[in-house]
Amino acid sequence: MRKVSAAVSLFVFWILLSGYFTPFLLTAGAVSAILVVAFARRLELVDPEGHPVDFSGSALVYWPWLFKEIAKSAWDVSKIIVDPKLPISPVLVRVRSTQASAVGRVTYANSITLTPGTVTILAGRGEFLVHALTAEGAASLAEGDMDRRVTRFEGAR
Amino acid sequence: MTPLEIVAMVLLTVGGVFCVIGAVGLVRMPDFYTRMHAASVIETLGAGLVLVGLMLLAGFTLASAKLVILGALIFFASPTATHALAKAAHESGLEPATGGEREKGPE
Repeated sequence: MRKVSAAVSLFVFWILLSGYFTPFLLTAGAVSAILVVAFARRLELVDPEGHPVDFSGSALVYWPWLFKEIAKSAWDVSKIIVDPKLPISPVLVRVRSTQASAVGRVTYANSITLTPGTVTILAGRGEFLVHALTAEGAASLAEGDMDRRVTRFEGAR
Repeated sequence: MTPLEIVAMVLLTVGGVFCVIGAVGLVRMPDFYTRMHAASVIETLGAGLVLVGLMLLAGFTLASAKLVILGALIFFASPTATHALAKAAHESGLEPATGGEREKGPE
């Protein structure tokens, strides 16, 4: 099933990038998609990490929330930048990560980095080292709301 | 201009303003780590709003599909690149200017 879904995604990607609908190019795209999946299978790349289609459903719940958080904190960082006093209070914090899988930890670490004002420096098992632009940003991250949401995202497959 | 084009122009302009704010932040911030926070304003709100504005201009076409793919690329690649930079700086011993505050434990 995962192989079929990987081949279909690759074929759709081919069509979107080419934009030609002649029989020859459609066939070439289909053959390429199947060959790539065949090679990837030999390399054992078609697994939950290489093609994490299982997360599509929970991504639809998690991503809108993440986009809202990104917009909010980008606005906060912009206000700090244009403030003549430049009110920053940079801190290093260790935050707990409760994700069980590598995909979950990467999602949490990337979410932290994607949110302006916080950057994951070290992503270990169970604990991340995070650099925050303001002490408030570090405190709201330490509350663990994002951590809980990513763990739910990872669990709700 | 149609209303849709006006909305697209507003999004492009606001996105551009956030890019400029990010660039100003890049200059104003005191050290390496804080400058990365300024840069992430550009790659999130700046690039995001410009992409949405361009999608509105392109309408429901293949060009929009490519813009969506471009957005996905930025969405996955930019935090990875930022993390690689931050980790490289940390590994090579660059201390962040933390204003006298020490590392805090969880909670």
